[in-house]
Amino acid sequence: MPINITMPALSPTMEEGTLAKWLVREGDTVKSGMIIAEIETDKATMEVEAVDEGKVGRIMVPAGTEGVKVNAVIAVLLEEGESAGDVKGPSAAPAKAQAAPAPEPSTPPVAAPSPLTPANAGGRSSLAVPDPVLRPDERNVGARIMASPLARRIAANKGIDLKALRGSGPHGRIIRRDVENAKPGAAQPAQGGAPMTADGLILPQVLDDRVYAPDTYELKPLGGMRKTVARRLTQSFMQVPHFPLNIDITLDNLLESRAAINAAAPKDVKISVNDLLIKAAALALIDEPDCNASYTDKGIAYHKHANISVAVAVEGGLITPVIFRAEGKGLAEISEEMKDLAARARDRKLKPQEYMGGTFSISNLGMFGIRSFASIINPPEGMILSVGAGEKRAVVDDAGAVIVRTVMSVTLTCDHRVIGGAEGAKWLAAFRRYVETPEAMLL
Amino acid sequence: MSAPYDLIVIGSGPGGYVAAIRASQLGMKTAIVERESLGGICLNWGCIPTKALLRSAEVLHLARHAKSFGLKIENPSFDLEAVVKRSRGVASQLSGGVRFLMKKNRIDVIEGTARLEKGAPAPKVFVKGRDGKDTPYTAKHVMLATGARARDIPQAGLVADGRLIWTYREAMTPDVMPKRLLVVGSGAIGIEFASFYNELGSEVTVVEVMDRILPVEDAEISALAEKDFRKQGFNILTGARVENVKAGRNVVTADITTKDGKKETREFDRAILAVGIVGNVENLGLEALGARIDKTHVVVDGFGKTGVPGLYAIGDLTGPPWLAHKASHEGVTCVEGIAGRNHAEPFDASNVPGCTYSRPQVASVGLTEAAARAKGHDIKVGRFPFIGNGKAIAMGEEQGLVKTIFDRKTGELLGAHMIGAEVTELIQGYVIARQGELTEADLIHTVFAHPTISETMHEAVLDAEGRALHI
Repeated sequence: MPINITMPALSPTMEEGTLAKWLVREGDTVKSGMIIAEIETDKATMEVEAVDEGKVGRIMVPAGTEGVKVNAVIAVLLEEGESAGDVKGPSAAPAKAQAAPAPEPSTPPVAAPSPLTPANAGGRSSLAVPDPVLRPDERNVGARIMASPLARRIAANKGIDLKALRGSGPHGRIIRRDVENAKPGAAQPAQGGAPMTADGLILPQVLDDRVYAPDTYELKPLGGMRKTVARRLTQSFMQVPHFPLNIDITLDNLLESRAAINAAAPKDVKISVNDLLIKAAALALIDEPDCNASYTDKGIAYHKHANISVAVAVEGGLITPVIFRAEGKGLAEISEEMKDLAARARDRKLKPQEYMGGTFSISNLGMFGIRSFASIINPPEGMILSVGAGEKRAVVDDAGAVIVRTVMSVTLTCDHRVIGGAEGAKWLAAFRRYVETPEAMLL
Repeated sequence: MSAPYDLIVIGSGPGGYVAAIRASQLGMKTAIVERESLGGICLNWGCIPTKALLRSAEVLHLARHAKSFGLKIENPSFDLEAVVKRSRGVASQLSGGVRFLMKKNRIDVIEGTARLEKGAPAPKVFVKGRDGKDTPYTAKHVMLATGARARDIPQAGLVADGRLIWTYREAMTPDVMPKRLLVVGSGAIGIEFASFYNELGSEVTVVEVMDRILPVEDAEISALAEKDFRKQGFNILTGARVENVKAGRNVVTADITTKDGKKETREFDRAILAVGIVGNVENLGLEALGARIDKTHVVVDGFGKTGVPGLYAIGDLTGPPWLAHKASHEGVTCVEGIAGRNHAEPFDASNVPGCTYSRPQVASVGLTEAAARAKGHDIKVGRFPFIGNGKAIAMGEEQGLVKTIFDRKTGELLGAHMIGAEVTELIQGYVIARQGELTEADLIHTVFAHPTISETMHEAVLDAEGRALHI
């Protein structure tokens, strides 16, 4: 019997996705574990592995199709002795088949283990599709929201954020009617304030046709990543009481050290200023553990490792791949990892576990000539460092003489719920010490 | 003029007396008016005494099948008078219990028949006692809980005479065992009496105008029930019409038109009319007050408000489902609404379980499969037969089925339908699941005790996912 290959759910909340690219053609033989297609979700492009063996009998959903529902049949595998004639008519019904050009991967596809556990053993699906009834998002991850399981499921289906709802059930529990009454985009805020959308955005987020005639602008639909960025940063800016701290740091020693390191390094290793800043930030976090913290409703989580998120601008948004445990990594290792992550971020090839789990962020706009800026905190992280351009400035030295030094201004934005001004200042002092005395990083 | 009350409840059935207790708990000075016996139909002439009768029938059934359990009981038989006496004893014990509860909660019991007149802030209540004296009472709120009674259909010649043509009342206190019994209507009441009399040896004929018995149940359950009852010896005529039920000197005659259009006059020893009920709306003065009445039922909102200031109505009087637990819940809801309780929830009829205590028992909550489809749900259905359940087999009760209906998209338990031993006790599990808005995932994760028949409930959920274990 021909085996249906269905659209996998790559994240617990995924309902549909874009079938970006086929890596096999009709007639190709596939083996278990082979990457057969790429699927785009809100944050990344994921690879689809074959579970069964066989010959690709028919591709039901062409590459570039958007809005392919999870579990829809995307292709049919033939087992030995079967021919394409055994395939019954196509059963997949893609929402809209816009044959948009699939993004070309610049790196060859790598067989990556799916972050989700294969399940659905009973079914005939040839893909590792998670059990539809066991959605982890229904299990109160993080701060507890009181909501009935049915309310959670309906909210997930409709894309409504439970946090934005007021519960009318016993003890303020969110029940079905609360979710059903909340049209996406018309949810009531939990406590007073301006009305919010399910995304946590302030309403109304529309352009009035009388003021901005529709033919005077081009409306580009929100991509998944843009939506996520909008939601997370709005929540962060509104919910996190944040404050900035500025400091100027002399870079001359660091630049000298970098030149010496690169001169001594093998040919293919080239350490960037940013790599050094990642390392310095990580070491400063270990020196000032009070700053490596996340606010939670249950208490402050002090992280034991410095996982440095590095903001990478990509088309359609922003993503922050993480250098995990950067305090223990050598410069060459950080440099190499960063190059790989940044390249794959631009290709939307990052796996969720590569851009989640940071404890601190760095955003660097120095290459654009920005002198100083303050970034928005990347929750649940407690701080984010905004790095300006290194530039030659006139500096008054200890003797009172005006000298020329390479200086950069950095701004540390802190979550005041976990970090006070003094702690932030101490962290900046530690960070400056590492940057101005790079030898200290060797200790 | 007596001291004004916060609340006067008219009718002391399971709706009225429970509402009165709740009102008292909330600090209201409360009185309850009853023209007959405390506890109303439920305790005295309905739910409870029939359960006593059916228990006798069940024990008799087991005794007759003692051999299959390896036991020896010679010629088990019964004493009708003693069976009825036990049933009456149970009823009076419970009625006494209600009297105690009224006293404990300092609720004044006013014996007599009530009538309402215009008044403010609520209608005035006049109660005519046994002595014929009319006493006026005033209250801030008046709640009607006068219930309902068996329906007659005179146009079709379906009128009880209390002698040979019975309603539930006479059927509950038989003086003789009818050899041939006609039961008109196959809802819960008709089927329960049919089950009782069949067990005790009557030749029972059930006539149902709809195309299946227990017509409010899921069609699959109706079919299984019919099959079982037929095996027990019931004559069942569905899609059939009964007219001109006439009492002669010793026999009842009835014109029965069967599904194929054949009409014949048949003879029975007794007939039970169980063709629905009508609300007790008469002689209360409702018309003058301007309360809206729709086919013998008072029209109310989710908190029992009639639209007449200070006047409320609950229970059978306000329409289906005609069930004691519905009345009790409505009574509490109404009182909490009056008291302005926070989180008072309007009554929601969609989560009222229904139980039929025949052998086999039938119980259900929520939508039938057909209703779920008609409402446009994309559904998944699970089934599990008792034959796959260890406890059921050990009990000698391997006939039964549990059926679950889920919304495929949301995982909501849209309906659950059960037939078999003890299902009336089991259905509550699904009712709680629905009230708590649990999904199939929660039920799957729930641990069910082994060995219990309740495991069939788990399996029926698993089966909806195609992963039942013991079948």
